[in-house]
Amino acid sequence: MSILQTENLTCVYGKGTPFERTAVDNVSLSIEKGGITGIIGHTGSGKSTLIQHFNGLLKPCSGRVLLDGKDIWEGGKIMPGLRFRVGLVFQYPEYQLFEETVYKDISFGPKNMKLDQNEIDARVHEAAELFEIDEKMLAASPFELSGGQKRRVAIAGVMAMRPEVIVFDEPAAGLDPKGRRAVFDIIGKYSRNTGCTVIVVSHSMEDMACIADRLIVMNHGSLFCHCPVNEVFSRAEELTKMGLDVPQVTKVFSELKKRGLAEDDNVYTVGQAVASIMKRLGKKGGDPAC
Amino acid sequence: MLKDITIGQYFPGESVIHRLDARVKLIITMLFVVMLFAAKGFFSLAVGVIFLIMAYSLTGLSPTLVTKSLKPVVPVLLVTAVINVFFFEGNEIFRLGFISITDGGLINSAFMLIRVTALIAGSSVLTYTTSPIELTAAIEKLLAPLKIFKFPVHELAMMMTIALRFIPTFIEETEKIISAQKARGADFETGSIRDRASAVVPVIVPLFISAFRRAEELALAMECRCYRGGEGRTRMKQMKAGPADIAALIITFVFLACVVLIDRMN
Ligand SMILES: Nc1ncnc2c1ncn2[C@@H]1O[C@H](COP(=O)(O)OP(=O)(O)OP(=O)(O)O)[C@@H](O)[C@H]1O
Ligand SMILES: [Mg+2]
Repeated sequence: MSILQTENLTCVYGKGTPFERTAVDNVSLSIEKGGITGIIGHTGSGKSTLIQHFNGLLKPCSGRVLLDGKDIWEGGKIMPGLRFRVGLVFQYPEYQLFEETVYKDISFGPKNMKLDQNEIDARVHEAAELFEIDEKMLAASPFELSGGQKRRVAIAGVMAMRPEVIVFDEPAAGLDPKGRRAVFDIIGKYSRNTGCTVIVVSHSMEDMACIADRLIVMNHGSLFCHCPVNEVFSRAEELTKMGLDVPQVTKVFSELKKRGLAEDDNVYTVGQAVASIMKRLGKKGGDPAC
Repeated sequence: MLKDITIGQYFPGESVIHRLDARVKLIITMLFVVMLFAAKGFFSLAVGVIFLIMAYSLTGLSPTLVTKSLKPVVPVLLVTAVINVFFFEGNEIFRLGFISITDGGLINSAFMLIRVTALIAGSSVLTYTTSPIELTAAIEKLLAPLKIFKFPVHELAMMMTIALRFIPTFIEETEKIISAQKARGADFETGSIRDRASAVVPVIVPLFISAFRRAEELALAMECRCYRGGEGRTRMKQMKAGPADIAALIITFVFLACVVLIDRMN
């Protein structure tokens, strides 16, 4: 069943000025309930603009956005409680922290939902646990933390609202490889534990191959394709033309296949690569999942 | 949205007005203000308005931009107009309780309205067609004589450049923070005045933090490039006034003279 749909969604910035620009152009897509959907596209392809329509931060210039089959702008007014049902974590979310303590900052969202104190407390601790934020850190000021820690606090602040759909814009931007993996691990764990629909915007094909079930590819504001990960990466040539790339190991394997050294070229993660090599050597090993 | 505020925004272009020397444009704008305030009657004011329309049509910008620049000041304009209605003597047209509406009041208020509207539209011609960098460079040049009195002209111009440079950045940043807090359910539109005042905190705090961060980064970047103030500093783009600039100045003076003459004759 699809939970989030767009119908002919179009967004034009600066309409009527010399700076007019169509950032999202006639995009129709439908995102299934549960699982992780990735959105990729070159810089300026309209990813951030697209996702801001999902929770009604931007109003479509034309077209509709549907949540659970209902238009979120029914009658020109935003669906009540939409922002709590569709959570959005902005790029560099650490710049939105403002409270005196980490605890207060994470509870900002739940407080806006007008939950009672016990519930708020439970949610803050649940989110904090997921991100390995301990009591000491909860009592600290968010401005004393490191960049990666701030990022985790900011993401926890949105997760604490327990939205049905949660959208991440470049959640790992500017983090080191270890930090990236930690963030994606948490997102994966969150998706599996709660069964929520997760949408992740990212530039990194490697990360996407690892975490996403399906991919939405944007190109110059239009939808290029929306299909399972392996189908996307099998169109390597078109992706390269759009300024995107397939994962490194996929490239290695398609070369290997050309030379008759590997059977399959639909290998997207290091785990799959290891499994494929082991199979060829007649051994067991590797992790086809990731 | 904040983005819709076009006051002070620059629209790059290739028109005659765009290519005029920034100093000349600045002087012409000041002369235009003088023109508006020298005008005593509707006829002379009309000359100023014609001058404005002429200048605007030469910029090649879309006419809707004028309305955009005026939109934020509409409340101010209306209040000015209404107050002016009461403050001038004349023949009473009708009476609302103790308030009497006179023809003099109405005429004066219309006059003020046109004058202030023209003033704002006129100064936006300057900012629409002149980049902030050019504008501050022009101010620096025009104020240069004040250096004799140890007035920090260069520092002032640099401060203005930086301030202007960061206005769009901070508008963008503010919008981003507002969006991020809205995504966490912050409500800026409804609630009592107290609620709304406290709703600003989640926006102000991150904005200040980022302003200080940017200021520090900028100071460091300037220092790394050996910025030492105005002394001995030269410009890559030298400003040169050409025939077009002289012609523009002459036209402006002709209009100014018309305004004064028309008023003299009446
Ligand atoms: N607030 C805005 N006002 C005007 N134009 C905008 C605004 N936000 C984005 N744009 C323009 O819309 C286009 C799409 O921008 P968007 O931020 O959605 O791209 P993106 O795919 O998220 O890029 P990136 O990968 O760099 O984050 C860009 O060309 C951008 O210049
Ligand atoms: Mg983006």
